[in-house]
Amino acid sequence: MAVGPGGRSVEPVSGAGPGDEAVTVSELRVRYGEVEAVQGVSFTARAGEVTTVLGPNGAGKTSTIEVCEGFRPAAAGSVRVLGLDPATSQRELSRRMGVMLQEGGVYPAARVGETIRQYCTLYGRGAEPGELLAAVGLADRANRTWKRLSGGEKQRLSLALALAAKPDVAFLDEPTSGVDLNGRDAIRSIVAGLAAEGCAVVLATHELAEAERLAHRVVIFDGGQVVADGSLAELRRGHDEIRFRSSPDLDVRALGRATGMQASRVGPDEYVIDAPPMPRLMAQLTGWLADNGHPIDEIRGGGERLEDVFRRLTGGGERR
Amino acid sequence: MTELVAQLRVEITTMIRNGEQLLLTLGIPVLLLVFFTSVDVLPTGSGEPIDFLAPGVLALATMSSAMVGLGIATGFERNYLVLKRLGATPLGRGRLLAAKIMAVMAVELVQLVVLVPIAVALGWRPDGASWPQAVAGILVGTAAFAGIGLILAGRLRGEINLAAQNGLYIVLLLLGGMIVPLAELPAVLRGLAYVLPSAALADVLRSSFGGEAVRAGASWATLAVWAVGAPVAATRLFRWW
Repeated sequence: MAVGPGGRSVEPVSGAGPGDEAVTVSELRVRYGEVEAVQGVSFTARAGEVTTVLGPNGAGKTSTIEVCEGFRPAAAGSVRVLGLDPATSQRELSRRMGVMLQEGGVYPAARVGETIRQYCTLYGRGAEPGELLAAVGLADRANRTWKRLSGGEKQRLSLALALAAKPDVAFLDEPTSGVDLNGRDAIRSIVAGLAAEGCAVVLATHELAEAERLAHRVVIFDGGQVVADGSLAELRRGHDEIRFRSSPDLDVRALGRATGMQASRVGPDEYVIDAPPMPRLMAQLTGWLADNGHPIDEIRGGGERLEDVFRRLTGGGERR
Repeated sequence: MTELVAQLRVEITTMIRNGEQLLLTLGIPVLLLVFFTSVDVLPTGSGEPIDFLAPGVLALATMSSAMVGLGIATGFERNYLVLKRLGATPLGRGRLLAAKIMAVMAVELVQLVVLVPIAVALGWRPDGASWPQAVAGILVGTAAFAGIGLILAGRLRGEINLAAQNGLYIVLLLLGGMIVPLAELPAVLRGLAYVLPSAALADVLRSSFGGEAVRAGASWATLAVWAVGAPVAATRLFRWW
């Protein structure tokens, strides 16, 4: 379901064409008193793409996005969104920028239908409230108040409010947080549809599966810095592996000697060999396991999972 | 303009749905007016209690809607990140503030429409009233109280703001010459009351409605200082989220 604000017209502006840079962050620094939460971050997000910003808590993702949205001043560096400086042109930018906060944003007693109508009027871009509610699956919740919505329904309404801008750039903070499986699929479909229509989507998330399914580009934050930036294929390149599960008492040194490759234990019964899954190596591995009486509970080969890329880059994947 | 109307509609709808706000802005003033007119326990001197009470209760009503009503609602909106979310729309702070002020003024109009006939029914005869002066007083008082309400709303967390607004409401009510004449207060408290916006507005309204003002000129000056100072301070101190 490639739903989105149908019939949207994209105004010509610098950096808004398909594939062009819609968000440019250069050497951005954000400080809270003595603490420098963002330390010289640079990345770009292009029109027509989903750029996923990943990182552990406190990595500086939200601070960076808030500077892009015009909510927070930069201590140093520069940010351009659709060619505008959010710090000085937030009003102009806000007409074409969709924002989804991580939580809240709606008065508890406000009704769904009234809220979406309010935002459609405020953005003044011709979005139809009924269509937006139908797109996010809340058509039958129009008379319900915000406080009576489930967590997933709240997220979907927040997304609908971002869509009310018929945005050329959208900043979505944890859009699937607290959403059930079906709701996630609906949100992913809407986000993909938004990008397909030419919007530059910047999506901050902890959900690695989200990034794996949606991202054209992944920017990984850690300790206030960007530690990786590229497509999923680029991030995985040079990190092919064979990953398998077997008995917990497997001797990884002996396995390494038998295969001539670096073997590591990454979980109680999970192991990784840092090498591409070539047939000869797979045969050596399975042969060694059979000879030593170890089962194969699960095995896969190829590029690292995003989870492993993330752990490797953010220091969360200790191998023994 | 469309954005302003859309926001004004939301502000008024939210206010109407909020039962506590209706109690505060209409219920309590009506109750005080009727009770203290019917039960002669206030030391209002030789005059009719209603002549003293009616302007005082109108001042109280102004304080209720402009300070407490606006302050509590805005505080919770800040708490629920409603203000932050609206900050990312083309509405802008100016129009948001304008919508809020217009909503407060709409409530004040309803308060006048309800309270004045009740007061008249209870025997109030504001024959020498200068209504333009009274309206001017209410508008200047609205600016003063809205500024105070927004200072608290912009700095304190939702529940703490709620408690602070209600606490301040009681203090300003008791020391405001609205129900209890300032002459009955101990000298120290009376000195303090003279510089409060509640006492100033009550005095200004009493003078506007042809009643006995304590110090009308000074009260106008006091109210004007609050009407300028509090909104300026609110602008500087207010945190939007």
